[in-house]
Amino acid sequence: MPIRTLTILLLLGTSAAPLAADARSDAKKQVQFGIAVAQRGLWREAIYRWERAVQIDPKYAEALNDLAIAYEHEGDLEKARVAYEKALELEPNNALIKQNYELFKEINDRTTRKDSQDNQNP
Amino acid sequence: MTGRLARIARTTRILSSVAAILLIAGCTNYYEIPIETPIKPKLDVSAFQRVLVAGFIAGGTDDVDGNLETTRLLRSQLRTKSELRVIDTDVLPLMEVANEDKGEPQELKADSARTDGKADGASDGKEGKSDPKVEARGEAPQPASADKAPVIKDAKDLEPYEHLFADVEYWKKIGEEYQNPLIVTGTVMFTPHQRSGIVQREEEVYDSFGRRRVVPVRTYMERKGYILQPKFIFIDGRTGTVMHSENFREEVLYNANQSTPALSSYFELMDRLIPSFLSTLSSQRIKGTRVLLE
Repeated sequence: MPIRTLTILLLLGTSAAPLAADARSDAKKQVQFGIAVAQRGLWREAIYRWERAVQIDPKYAEALNDLAIAYEHEGDLEKARVAYEKALELEPNNALIKQNYELFKEINDRTTRKDSQDNQNP
Repeated sequence: MTGRLARIARTTRILSSVAAILLIAGCTNYYEIPIETPIKPKLDVSAFQRVLVAGFIAGGTDDVDGNLETTRLLRSQLRTKSELRVIDTDVLPLMEVANEDKGEPQELKADSARTDGKADGASDGKEGKSDPKVEARGEAPQPASADKAPVIKDAKDLEPYEHLFADVEYWKKIGEEYQNPLIVTGTVMFTPHQRSGIVQREEEVYDSFGRRRVVPVRTYMERKGYILQPKFIFIDGRTGTVMHSENFREEVLYNANQSTPALSSYFELMDRLIPSFLSTLSSQRIKGTRVLLE
């Protein structure tokens, strides 16, 4: 009996890694397609692809980075911020994501500053 | 010593981040892509079809009429860069109005500043109305009594006039007169400014072989220029209430021996803040580049 349990556990353990690899591979296909359409200016389609990629593999930092860029391009700065921050949470040392985020923050901070001046008394 | 250590630390940081980027770039497929981030306007002006740049309470140097120049410049910018129709009319003598505000009935106040209310420089020829010739040149006409204006030398001198912007009844009346436009008004301080200190400049030197070199030289220098401090106030012409206000500050300094006309400094400084002013009323797109990752 313990041998059978051990075998099942071993089987589960060995199949979990390929499953994760499959998810990443499926997600990567979506990311690649998203990049191709974004380069042609089809940002809405790119957003759909990258959202799919993140659904398939929620730990795919690169997909989140691309999604953040697309949201930024569409002017949805709040969604972009959330996506960038998730990407950096997953890969805090990724210099390219960090660089994108810094550039995004410059714009985002400017609009936040604007908002804080609204309805100010004369 | 501390400065040297800081420099070394900074260089190390830069080198390590460059190394990290190269390392990641070596392992990851990445694609640079241009993006345009749309920035929504700060104010929702969809309810307005027309905009009235009413005038400003201005002070500082006597060399530039901050009220007339700012009104003229903003009207011309809005005419070309916004979808709102710009009302061309006399500049309101706001300082006078603010002075008269103490106890004078609203009817008289509005009469002292009354203009024709027609867009695109139309005039019915009555006294105190827009001069069509002046409007055709795109210039703001002179207020009736600009010479009576009290002296405003610094921001503190503006304080006694600021209550005018909160005078809901006055602005509502102006709004009614011009068919409920968005009203742009505020204050403008344009003051001369002087500062001395060490500055770095480049100097030509010739060695014993006659070869020319340019070397940086640090020298003590007297510099003078101007500070521009406008405050733009946006008023809802339907209700007379302030919708939004924004303060700006820009300054420019030149060598003391350089003679730059005050008016050209004024335009140089206004050029810097016009995009921010326009972004209040219309959307903008900020161009940039990002890196897509696989």
